[in-house]
Amino acid sequence: MNIIPFVKARRRGKVNVSAVTLAHGGGGKAMKDLIDDVFLAAFDEHSAEPLEDQARFELAMLQGYGDRLAFTTDSFVVDPLFFPGGDIGKLAVCGTVNDLAVGGAVPMFLSCAVIIEEGVPIDLLRKVARSMAQTAMQAGVRIATGDTKVVPRGACDKMFVTTSGVGTIPASVVLGVDKACVGDAVLVNGLLGDHGAAILCARGDMALETPIASDCACLHELIASILAAAPGTRFIRDATRGGIATVLNEIAEGSQVSIEIDEGVTPIREEVKAFCEILGLDPLYLANEGKIVVVVPPNETEAALAAMRSHPLGVDAAVVGRIGAEKENRVTMRTTLGGHRIVDMLVGEQLPRIC
Amino acid sequence: MKYVDEFRDGEKARVLISEIEALISSMALPPDRPLYLMEVCGGHTHSIFRYGLEGMLPKQIELVHGPGCPVCVLPMGRVDDCVAIAESPNVIFTTFGDAMRVPGSKKSLLQAKADGADVRMVYSPMDALALAQRNPEREIVFFGLGFETTMPSTALTILQAESEGIRNFSVFCNHITIVPTIKAILDSPGLQLDGFLGPGHVSMVIGTAPYEFIANFYRKPMVVAGFEPLDILQSIWMLLKQIREGRAEVENQYARIVPDEGNNAALHAVSHVYELREFFEWRGLGSIDHSGVRLREAYAHFDAERKFAIPNVRIADPKSCQCGEVLKGAIKPWQCKVFGTSCTPETPLGALMVSSEGACAAYYQYGGQKHQAEVV
Repeated sequence: MNIIPFVKARRRGKVNVSAVTLAHGGGGKAMKDLIDDVFLAAFDEHSAEPLEDQARFELAMLQGYGDRLAFTTDSFVVDPLFFPGGDIGKLAVCGTVNDLAVGGAVPMFLSCAVIIEEGVPIDLLRKVARSMAQTAMQAGVRIATGDTKVVPRGACDKMFVTTSGVGTIPASVVLGVDKACVGDAVLVNGLLGDHGAAILCARGDMALETPIASDCACLHELIASILAAAPGTRFIRDATRGGIATVLNEIAEGSQVSIEIDEGVTPIREEVKAFCEILGLDPLYLANEGKIVVVVPPNETEAALAAMRSHPLGVDAAVVGRIGAEKENRVTMRTTLGGHRIVDMLVGEQLPRIC
Repeated sequence: MKYVDEFRDGEKARVLISEIEALISSMALPPDRPLYLMEVCGGHTHSIFRYGLEGMLPKQIELVHGPGCPVCVLPMGRVDDCVAIAESPNVIFTTFGDAMRVPGSKKSLLQAKADGADVRMVYSPMDALALAQRNPEREIVFFGLGFETTMPSTALTILQAESEGIRNFSVFCNHITIVPTIKAILDSPGLQLDGFLGPGHVSMVIGTAPYEFIANFYRKPMVVAGFEPLDILQSIWMLLKQIREGRAEVENQYARIVPDEGNNAALHAVSHVYELREFFEWRGLGSIDHSGVRLREAYAHFDAERKFAIPNVRIADPKSCQCGEVLKGAIKPWQCKVFGTSCTPETPLGALMVSSEGACAAYYQYGGQKHQAEVV
């Protein structure tokens, strides 16, 4: 059994050293102090429940929210750990909350497993834990179970976080990647590519200074208001790695349809456009952490758009394309120039061009 | 985006297209003989696909995608040499991003990195030099790649290293020069080309004079073209006008960037640091005389070819690969036997599938292989 729970004691020990050592992963007092003082102090300060090896939920309580359970997991290895607009902790909570929410689920509980490299400053861990706790609190989800491991220097890059999440799906909600129909509208909730551009800039390799910040955010409330306004919504997915281009291709394949998007109305920040021009990147493939692609039937398009725009995380929402009936299940873009190009799945990493 | 959107204006594009259509219809071309125009530079190929220009042009214009993608024409043997250097003890091998996935006979640089070699992506040779200053105990090798566009920045980096007395830095020089290659294409038998879109950024360095032989000796018109969609459309219009009027001249559409005399400071650095090789091997095109440069004797201590024992073996292109025919414009990418089947961007056989500027990758990515097959 590898899982070591967050063991809570009545009196919490204090971590008195400045950096994580292998002792903090050894299963003894140092580990207990790290968990108590850094993680539980942030996540679970006021809980009076006795701590067990697993979180336990009342089925009856869950049933009050829906008729199906949604369960998801995601790992976070972002470099750098802190970047404009967020950090690995906020990202880990938002990412898993969003993975639940795009399926129509009400996010409820998260787990948090952290792999820490020996030598990482304790203060850095505290910052990440506080960020996770704050994001979870704002999102109304509880971090209910977790695990820590410490590995020797070089065995991981500072820290990796894995979060899993559980939520319930209301009986009325049936979303699926196979449900897009010819004539449906394709919407996004705002400016694309911010996260990818912010991370690349924050790495500092480019010697480019930009004001671009990550769009990292929990989207479940926005999604709930879309589903309320447009109950016929077919499909929602967050456009993370691989960007909007990847999600559109997944829809085209999943529903056996074609999709045409319009470059002229696809919302992209001027700074991101310029960043991509300089580096030879395509913003359609840049990662987002607070953007969703939504497919809605034609008669609910306006309602969905209005719902998105009235939410703070959807003010720049736009209808970017339509589902078509072309035989090849291709995604195409009508360029601002009036031409057409294929928007295919990304091959490998998006490597900048040289000339 | 200022100074960019102006060159992507759909309204102006429609005007240019209708002017192009008018010129074409005034030429009374035979239906089975379109005009073949070659864009030499991979940057043009990329723009043509990115903006969907081919579909907007009249059917009588056939764009032939030329050899101007330095990543694409890199032969397998040179990639093997890169891998050998990268896997030498104590080396940090630095390269532009595009070159990472080019297949060697055994592996690419990306695979060498996965196997433990210290291969790092840089955006400028100066980044590699800075790495050398920060890591005095390591040997930093920069993969010098590209036409005259990138040649000066490598040359200036070497001059900088020399003036600062940095000794743990060297360049694996694979810089190539475009003019002998255009000549080789013009000399290839059975070639049907009616004009050239000249490389914009190469010309920014070398100027327009080196192309005069194309107009004077081969009687083919050339227009040095910019990279935005309106630049390309205007350049096509200028080419058609020359053809219509029976002229063969070198014209400069990209005058906002390209001075006719080139960039003297860059040319000075280039001639100071490099000398022409007797010949250089191109993927798909074979060996072309005087088409590559190497470091002069005075800078031998920065030359990775002399510092490291490299295999320097000539590896034949895969038999099934028809990159050469595509490069010469003899066949279209989708007419190649392995296009989209055993040769895809995930597992490129031929070089043209590797870089987004390669004609095959551009077709595959933006043109859609099935769509193209239908057009035929």
